[in-house]
Amino acid sequence: MKDSFFADENGFYGDFGGAYIPEILYKCVEDLRRAYLPIMESDEFKAEYRALLRDYVGRPSPLYHARRMSDKYGIKLYLKREDLNHTGAHKINNTVGQILLARKMGKSRIIAETGAGQHGVATATVCALMGMECEVFMGKTDVERQHTNVERMRMLGAKVHPVTTGNMTLSDACSEAIRDWCCHPSDTFYIVGSTMGPHPYPDIVARMQSIISEEIKWQLQEKEGRDYPDCLVACIGGGSNAAGTVYHYVDDSRVRIVLAEAGGSGIDSGRTAATIHRGEPGILHGSKMLVMQTSDGQIEEAFTISAGLDYPGVGPMHCNMAAKGRSEVYAVNDDEAVLAGYELTRMEGIIPAIESAHAVAALGKVTFGPGDVVVLTVSGRGDKDVETYLANKDMAGEYGKF
Amino acid sequence: MNKINELFAGRGDRKLLSIYFCAGCPSAESTADVIRTLERRGIDMIEVGIPFSDPLADGPVIQAAGTVALRNGMTLERLFGQLEEIKDEVSVPLVMMGYLNVIMHHGIERFFRRCSETGVSGAIIPDLPFADYLADVKPTADRYGIRVIMMITPETSEERVRFIDSNTDGFIYMVSSAGITGAQSSFDDAKQRYFRRIDAMNLRNPRMIGFGISNRQTLESAQANAAGAIIGSKFVTLLNETGNADDAMDRLYEDLRR
Repeated sequence: MKDSFFADENGFYGDFGGAYIPEILYKCVEDLRRAYLPIMESDEFKAEYRALLRDYVGRPSPLYHARRMSDKYGIKLYLKREDLNHTGAHKINNTVGQILLARKMGKSRIIAETGAGQHGVATATVCALMGMECEVFMGKTDVERQHTNVERMRMLGAKVHPVTTGNMTLSDACSEAIRDWCCHPSDTFYIVGSTMGPHPYPDIVARMQSIISEEIKWQLQEKEGRDYPDCLVACIGGGSNAAGTVYHYVDDSRVRIVLAEAGGSGIDSGRTAATIHRGEPGILHGSKMLVMQTSDGQIEEAFTISAGLDYPGVGPMHCNMAAKGRSEVYAVNDDEAVLAGYELTRMEGIIPAIESAHAVAALGKVTFGPGDVVVLTVSGRGDKDVETYLANKDMAGEYGKF
Repeated sequence: MNKINELFAGRGDRKLLSIYFCAGCPSAESTADVIRTLERRGIDMIEVGIPFSDPLADGPVIQAAGTVALRNGMTLERLFGQLEEIKDEVSVPLVMMGYLNVIMHHGIERFFRRCSETGVSGAIIPDLPFADYLADVKPTADRYGIRVIMMITPETSEERVRFIDSNTDGFIYMVSSAGITGAQSSFDDAKQRYFRRIDAMNLRNPRMIGFGISNRQTLESAQANAAGAIIGSKFVTLLNETGNADDAMDRLYEDLRR
C-alpha cells in the first residue's frame, strides 16, 4: 500500500506527529479527536463554513497571472492571492472553521498563540464575529515588532498577553497558550494557528486551509484547461499555508512541491529558523517533529526577520513530506526575502508579507522547465511589514534606492 | 526490590512527604547537597527535576528554575554524573522528573540504564503519552527495574484512572488541580471531593498528591486522602530565597505548620 501523506488514526505522518501532552489535556484533546471529523463532515458545518468563507472572508481568492514575474523567470507564474482575504492573510480560513468547531463543542472561551499577529488578528476577528471571549498569547518581542496587529486585536476586543519567557517569540507564545489551556481544559478551545500541536490539530488546520488548493484546482482548469500546475511554491514556518497549498496535490506526482523556510542570517550562522535543514526529531508543543535543539535536547531559539516563521519546529505533515522527498525545501535568508518582497512590489504592485516574500525568493533558487505553470501562494499582505522593509532597504539593491 | 515499592510497603499509616527540586538551580553543583540535606531532614522521596527549555506543565517558579539551571550549564549527563557520586550515601528513593524531548534525545534505553547505574528508582515524564508508555517506555524501564510514574488529574475519567492503575507500579502521581505547577493557598471543596472520590476507588497503587501544596491546609487535605504529598514550587522558591537547602527546609516546615 502506498504511504499516505495525511495523518493516520493516531495522528502520525510517518514517524512524525502524535499527541504528546500532559495528562490534564488528555480528555479535551481526546474529545476533540472524536468530534472533529463528524462535525467537519456534517452538512450543517460545511454550509456555515462555506458561507463564511464566501461572504465574510471574501473567497474564492483570485488566482492571478503575474505576467512580468513570469517573463523574468521564464515560467507561467500564478499568484494565489491569500493576501486579499479579510484580515490580510490565509490565517482566517482556519480561524473561521475552528471557531465553528469550538461552538459546536460547547466551548465558551477561545485562546490562541500568535507570532506575526496574523493568526491572533484572525482569531480575535472571528471571536468578535461570534461574540466569544478571546485571549491571545504573543511573545513580547513580537508585541513590539508587530505593534499594529496588537492594536488591531485589542480593538477587536481580545486580551493580548505579552509572553516574557525564552526569547519572547512564537515558540514561547505556544508554550504559554498550552499552559493556559492546562488551567482551563473544560471551557476553553485552543485555536491553533498552524499545522502543529497535538493530533488532531495538524490535520484540522490542514483541512481548514485545504480550501486554497481546492480553489487552485478549478481556477487552473478555467485558466489553463488542466487542473494541476507543474509546481507549487509556498513559504513554511509551522506549515499552514503550505499545507493548504499542497493539500489536494500531495498524491499527484505530476506536481512538484517547493517550500521556502526562513534561513535567517544563513543556515550555518547560528541565527536561523530553517528547521527542516537544521532540525532533528524531537517533541515540541505536543507533537513529534523536526526541532532545532542542542545535543542535550534543549530547544534552540529560532531567528528570522519574519515573525510568522520564527519557530524552531515545523509541522509533522511537512517533516514527513520532506523526509520522503515529496517536497523540495529551500532556506531563504533575510536579505533574499527582503529583496524578493521589493521585487514583487515593483513588478506586480503587490507588497507581500515578509513571510510570503520567502516563497517569492525561492523562485530564484529552483530550476524550472521552460513555460512551467507555477502557482505561488502569497500567504499574506505586507502592510504589517512596511517598517521592516523600509528599515532594510539596503538589502533591496536597486529597489531600495528611494 | 525497588526503593519506591519498599517505601510504600513499609510506611504503615505514616503519611509521606516528597520534595521536588530542579537540578542545576540555584547552582550547577548543588545537586548532591540538596539531596543529602532533604534526606537528613526527613524527606521520604526526592524528585530530581531535569531542566528543560520548554516545560509545558510547569508554572513560573519551576520554569525560572529550569532557565537558571540551563544557564548554569546543567545537562542530563552532568546530572547523572552527580548522582553517581552520591549513590551509595542516598537511601531514600530518587525519582527523575523531566520532559520527553530531553529523555528521548538522550535515548530511552540509555536513560533508564543510567538511572539504574546512578541509584535512581523512578521517572516521571509529564508529556509521555500512555500508549507510548505501554508500548516502549515501560518495557525498557522494567528491564532496568525503574518505575515510570504516571499522572492522573481532575479531568481523568474513572475508567482511565482504573486503566492507569492496572498498568503502573510504584505510585500514582495525583495532580491536585486542573493546572500547572505552582503554590496555591488552599484546596477548595471541589478539589477535596476529587481527592475523596479517587481515594474511595481503592486503587491497587498508592497515590501521592502534588501541584499547589504550600501550607498546612493544602498539605493536610492532600495527606488525608493519599499516601502523601509532593511539594515542588514552594520548595524551589524557598531554596532560591535562602540559597541553602537546610534553611529552605526550616522555612518549609515553618510554613507547613501555618
